[in-house]
Amino acid sequence: MKLSEIKEILKADLISGDNNLDIEVLGGAASDLMSDLLRKPKEGALLLTGLTSIQAINTSVIGGMAAIVFVRGKKPDNAIVSLAKKHNIPILSTPFNMFSSCGRLYAKGLKSITWLS
Amino acid sequence: MKVRDIQAEFSLEVAAGSSGLDREIAGGDCGDLLSDVMANSRAGDLWLTIQSHQNIMAVAVLKDLAAIILVNGHRPDDITVAKAEQEGIPILLSPTSSYQLAGGLFRAGIMQKEE
Amino acid sequence: MSSLIKEFKIKAKDFIHAGEGSMEIRNSLKSLNLDADIIQRVSICAYEAEMNVVMHGGDGIISLVLDDTGVVVEVMDDGHGIDDINLALTEGYTTAGAEAQQMGFGAGMGLPNIVRNSDYFKIYTEKNKGAYLIMCFRLKNKIGKDCQGRLFTIWNNNKRDGES
Repeated sequence: MKLSEIKEILKADLISGDNNLDIEVLGGAASDLMSDLLRKPKEGALLLTGLTSIQAINTSVIGGMAAIVFVRGKKPDNAIVSLAKKHNIPILSTPFNMFSSCGRLYAKGLKSITWLS
Repeated sequence: MKVRDIQAEFSLEVAAGSSGLDREIAGGDCGDLLSDVMANSRAGDLWLTIQSHQNIMAVAVLKDLAAIILVNGHRPDDITVAKAEQEGIPILLSPTSSYQLAGGLFRAGIMQKEE
Repeated sequence: MSSLIKEFKIKAKDFIHAGEGSMEIRNSLKSLNLDADIIQRVSICAYEAEMNVVMHGGDGIISLVLDDTGVVVEVMDDGHGIDDINLALTEGYTTAGAEAQQMGFGAGMGLPNIVRNSDYFKIYTEKNKGAYLIMCFRLKNKIGKDCQGRLFTIWNNNKRDGES
């Protein structure tokens, strides 16, 4: 699913990554706790999280994730945005909560990224 | 919809609190930051999380949640199980990811009325 | 390939800079065009180990050594040590406080993630002396020699808190 479509489904603001809206995301992954995401890498995943910390970016970089959506209307600070830009990871922010965000994307066909292979 | 209906439809294991399976579900929540869940969850929510320690019961009781579902194969510790039994709030278990389960629950009609 | 050795400091409870050492390690491996799989596994392990020191340990060091057989990452700190290693290796067990959880860690999966993603892993700890971890990753088709670290002797010779 393209990031532009995700942005629309989630009525999200694009915080950074204007030129990345055409990228394909392979599946969804939702978590506030980073270690759970690091059990296995998640190449091409869309990370949905409420954790606005540098560690969300570090985890996404290490895990190979394609983009991040901050849920619950959360907006990252400048340091987080800079780090994401440096690693070319687009960031969105949606007013919906995590459950609703997952539900809406799933209903439109974005499957879960393979969790434990 | 009752917790029992979801438990049956998604074949979720009941880890504790079976006395509460008839609790009504009002909506769904996903999250592992306890302060966020305290701030944003609503009475009657089904809460999907990977947090498995006793503090989740404090949140569930204070917010009058319908049930807790531990996802990704996480299991509650003994103290958490005991508290769930005591409070009559079910803890259900799912081997799937929260994204996947939230997707399925949403499709099954679990959502807040105002959405 | 000649050896690459890098070392980075870790500061206890410094949640702002936590992870920077492992991200630098990752950058070094990427610039050498190593296999994506090994880069990812090393990064996960280094990151989890570094976060553990920040959350639970004292000040510490993370070290990377790369040669033609593989990668060795060592992490040591001078904190109060791990009370119960078996518990610490159990998924879901944590002694992390609220601050760690607000950072997205402390769910008790750090060490299990390291075990899962490394080819060899060993941990040493002593009360009030801290902890030492060594993690080894074999490059594909290379028969690795025994996993040996360069920092163990230094850590082992450190005095415990209170010793003269």
